Amino acid sequence: MIANNIQLDEQGRLKHFLSIEGFKRQHLVNILDAAEPFANVHEQAVKKVPLLRGKTIVNLFFEASTRTRTTFELAAKRLSADVLNININTSATSKGESLLDMLHNLEAMHCDMFIVRHNQSGAAHLIAQHVSPHISVINAGDGCHSHPTQAMLDMFTIRRHKKEFADLKVVIVGDILHSRVARSQIHALTTLGVSEVRVVGPKTLIPKQIESLGVHVFHDLQEALIGADVVIMLRLQKERMQGALLPSENEYYHLYGLTEQKLKLAKPDAIVMHPGPINRGVEIASSIADGPQSVILEQVTNGIAIRMAVMSQTLGRSHELPKSSRDNA
Amino acid sequence: MTTCSELDQSKFNSTLNLEQLLDTMHQAINKKLQSLNKDDVVMIGIHTGGFWVAEKLYKKLGLTSPLGSLNISFYRDDFTKIGLHPEVKPSQLPTDINDKHIILIDDVLFTGRTVRAALNEIFDYGRPASVTLAVLLDRGERELPIYADIIGQKITLKAGQQIKLCGPDPLKLVQNKC
Repeated sequence: MIANNIQLDEQGRLKHFLSIEGFKRQHLVNILDAAEPFANVHEQAVKKVPLLRGKTIVNLFFEASTRTRTTFELAAKRLSADVLNININTSATSKGESLLDMLHNLEAMHCDMFIVRHNQSGAAHLIAQHVSPHISVINAGDGCHSHPTQAMLDMFTIRRHKKEFADLKVVIVGDILHSRVARSQIHALTTLGVSEVRVVGPKTLIPKQIESLGVHVFHDLQEALIGADVVIMLRLQKERMQGALLPSENEYYHLYGLTEQKLKLAKPDAIVMHPGPINRGVEIASSIADGPQSVILEQVTNGIAIRMAVMSQTLGRSHELPKSSRDNA
Repeated sequence: MTTCSELDQSKFNSTLNLEQLLDTMHQAINKKLQSLNKDDVVMIGIHTGGFWVAEKLYKKLGLTSPLGSLNISFYRDDFTKIGLHPEVKPSQLPTDINDKHIILIDDVLFTGRTVRAALNEIFDYGRPASVTLAVLLDRGERELPIYADIIGQKITLKAGQQIKLCGPDPLKLVQNKC
């Protein structure tokens, strides 16, 4: 197990953002608070603030992504940073260069931050352990382990609709087994003090001993939806499934797909979330994905603000002590 | 840092009457408004002290555009030195500022760096027709070529002395910290 304090510097400030585990409630609240003003930047005629001018941010995506990569890129650009997108398939890694050799080459080009997505759990941690001290690493999804900025943008979206976390009943539905999003969400929800987190899915897609994370396990969606404030649907990650975990997509939709009829069991003001990409008619009915309770596209917009907050907090750490004599007046 | 004693504070307040300063600003802004169409004027206060001053003035002036607030945290020149405060309040410019005459309000004008940041932020929202800077106090010692058009009062402080507007209710000027 890798120590989590690697995410904070000596003064307890955010240095890397690799997983939700290891953070206290106040850390997460700080990130949510920091994201609020960034959510307004798009209202400016010039949709940019100069915070990270002169910083170079590298998107290192070893796994396919559209939403996450583009929102990280947009977040960096709205902070006025320069962004490099490395296409791993056509990079020298495919010529046999090792991961760490590639990192050291990028460091030699004076980059300041790596945004890493990898299909192996722990990849971002590994990179964070080997980079120079001035470089920050953000995990944009590693295997089945963690996707912390997705979890934080989900928390941000929930807070904008529900204000207080304490009294909420949150239901996470579907392929929990392969979902790094679900793992990060569970850690974030429990850290923020949500009273009840329910996970629902077929036995084959619920990890063993997940109760130890403080969640209630259900196998009947209708039972789990009763009284829910927030319903989070997950995509069936067929690309990660090995072996026969499901009888068929039709059968899955019948049992675990969110339909209007089933959603009526939740509270009337319940919100429906999905980290995307959505599979209509597999885990969610089109009428719900496009319906009034869906906040799926808001999640995408909020992703930019959260990523701006995390980037500016990690890269904005001072490397010298502030001078107290003269205020910025 | 030491906090000022009772005696110092009362002496300090006798030379700086907040109501009087606001009144001086109000009169000067009113004079400025005579040459302008009031509907084209937007008042913006710099968060937080400048916004409190702007709130007081805005009530008296009868402007039609809503009062704006500007938080310059994202435009500061010392971000890499002091980092980002975790609770930055968003800027709110509720109207289109293109071709508007902006009255920009701050509490204390000192180095000029805050105003530099504020001007940069304003121009990211649009292209105003003009910007008039109005401040409660001008303590001199500029580090940038920036001046105020309207000043409540000019003051001189000794090296290391600070002056700060605390508020919002009640508003008062204090030495050192609130």
